[in-house]
Amino acid sequence: MRVLRWTITAAVIAFLVAPLLVVAIVSINQNRYMDFPPDGFSFHWYAELLNDTGWRNAITRSLVIAAGSSAIAVLIATPLAYVLRAYDVRLAPLFYSLGILPFMLPPVISAIGAQVFWLSTGYFQRIENVIVSHGIFFSTLPLVTISLAMDQMDRSLGEAARTLGANPRTTFRTITLPLLLPSIITGYAAAFVLSLNEYIIAFLVAGFAVETLPIKVFNSLRYGFTPTIAAVAVVFILIAATVFTMFAIFGNLLRFLGADPGVLDHDR
Amino acid sequence: MSDRRKPGRGAYLVLAFPLAMLLIFFVAPFAIMIAYSFYRRIQGGFYEPAFDLGSWKRLFEPVFLDRAAFSIGISLLAGAVCIAVAFPFTFFLTRMRRRPHVALLILVLSALSLSEVIVGFAWSVLLGRAAGISNIVVWLGLMDEPRAYQPGFLAVLLGLSYIAFPFCVLTLYPPLSRLDREVTEAAQTLGASPWRTFRTVVVPIMRPTLVAGFLLVFVFTLGSYLIASILGRPQHWTLSVFISDQASFNANVPFAAAMALFLTVLSLVVVGIVMLLESRTRSAT
Repeated sequence: MRVLRWTITAAVIAFLVAPLLVVAIVSINQNRYMDFPPDGFSFHWYAELLNDTGWRNAITRSLVIAAGSSAIAVLIATPLAYVLRAYDVRLAPLFYSLGILPFMLPPVISAIGAQVFWLSTGYFQRIENVIVSHGIFFSTLPLVTISLAMDQMDRSLGEAARTLGANPRTTFRTITLPLLLPSIITGYAAAFVLSLNEYIIAFLVAGFAVETLPIKVFNSLRYGFTPTIAAVAVVFILIAATVFTMFAIFGNLLRFLGADPGVLDHDR
Repeated sequence: MSDRRKPGRGAYLVLAFPLAMLLIFFVAPFAIMIAYSFYRRIQGGFYEPAFDLGSWKRLFEPVFLDRAAFSIGISLLAGAVCIAVAFPFTFFLTRMRRRPHVALLILVLSALSLSEVIVGFAWSVLLGRAAGISNIVVWLGLMDEPRAYQPGFLAVLLGLSYIAFPFCVLTLYPPLSRLDREVTEAAQTLGASPWRTFRTVVVPIMRPTLVAGFLLVFVFTLGSYLIASILGRPQHWTLSVFISDQASFNANVPFAAAMALFLTVLSLVVVGIVMLLESRTRSAT
């Protein structure tokens, strides 16, 4: 069993790390061809990422889309999660499913839906469309994180505030919202990272006019390889790893992922 | 829950914004998709409002059935691969000490957040001739010259498994983490070997979770567009590639809408089964 444990763990780590490692090596290769072993060492392709206007614009566009769409996602998720958990709303399961469903279906379905929707409005191939459609698609993530936080929240705090004369709005602003803030930030960050990486919805909604970073990477792959793609990949991996490491340090990553609370404390 | 308050007008007012957004940008698109699927296609990539069953009839043509069968097949395979690896891995993961435990979870989450286009690119390098694994094998003297393993069926399967694996781990993680240690300890005290404990105690308890994880991978990989188009030849393209290409390059939006609705029904059935299984697990524990 011990041998099996090590073999499987090592194999999974190798499987998850191998492509990342190869991409990292290619990204610092000196010449523009992929060769093995690498020819020399250079940060040239990272510099190109910042100097080339095409890549720089794609990065800016993707960051704008990610920032805007995650904001929309949080604006949808926070009131939905709050009211459905704090009040006894009729049809609550239906409303909650409505918020979960976009993410549960294969993205290509949402992508076609978004495409025909924007086509029929006549307002097509705009960056705003991508922001809104991403916002809807990724609202599931903050909805889940905020609902979890609502479940774990100590209800007596809100009741105490009300007993002391605070109206619902004041209670929400001074008690509930500050307590929900970590889960709102977590949901925002998760939506941000996934929006940054999303391809098919962005492509079908505005792919011919708005070239996001994943679309540009895919287009560059079609027209031949450039090590800049590898540099993009490394930057993305570093962003994701940093965000999740921050969760682990400042938040409770294990509990967020649903670990057994009793197990977590015994070897801290 | 009894401690929940009755909602007043204010609560419904707060609900109005999110619900309106979801209705306009998520539910309405489905209605429009249904309408579009009946539109008649006319020359030059345009279409006109009509009640035309042509797009729905095309769902029964061999081209589509072929793609659908291939997609379902490869997604089922990816589900099997993911479960077979992710289940023991997650089981060991939940029994690790905190530091490696958190480090591995960060690795899994980082892999999860990778764009499909980057996963596809990374594996195409790794399985390619120029800078791939076969170069290492050649360097070790085990092979004469490097070869390319992509594009191909196995490359697509590997890529799909890679993007779905983190989701699979995260689905199995909570129930495996909550699995009562006393159960496995009891089995071992009674003389069962660790392997026997795993097979006769852990697997049966986890069966609904395993099925749920398997079906989630199935739905998830069914929707993958980039992996198949980067790592596969046209005969390895999945339903998503077919649908998206109909919608963008061939500009046959009505047919794409009909196929997307077909995929929706298929996924909803699968998601329904998952939810049923999950509620059964919850009531069992």
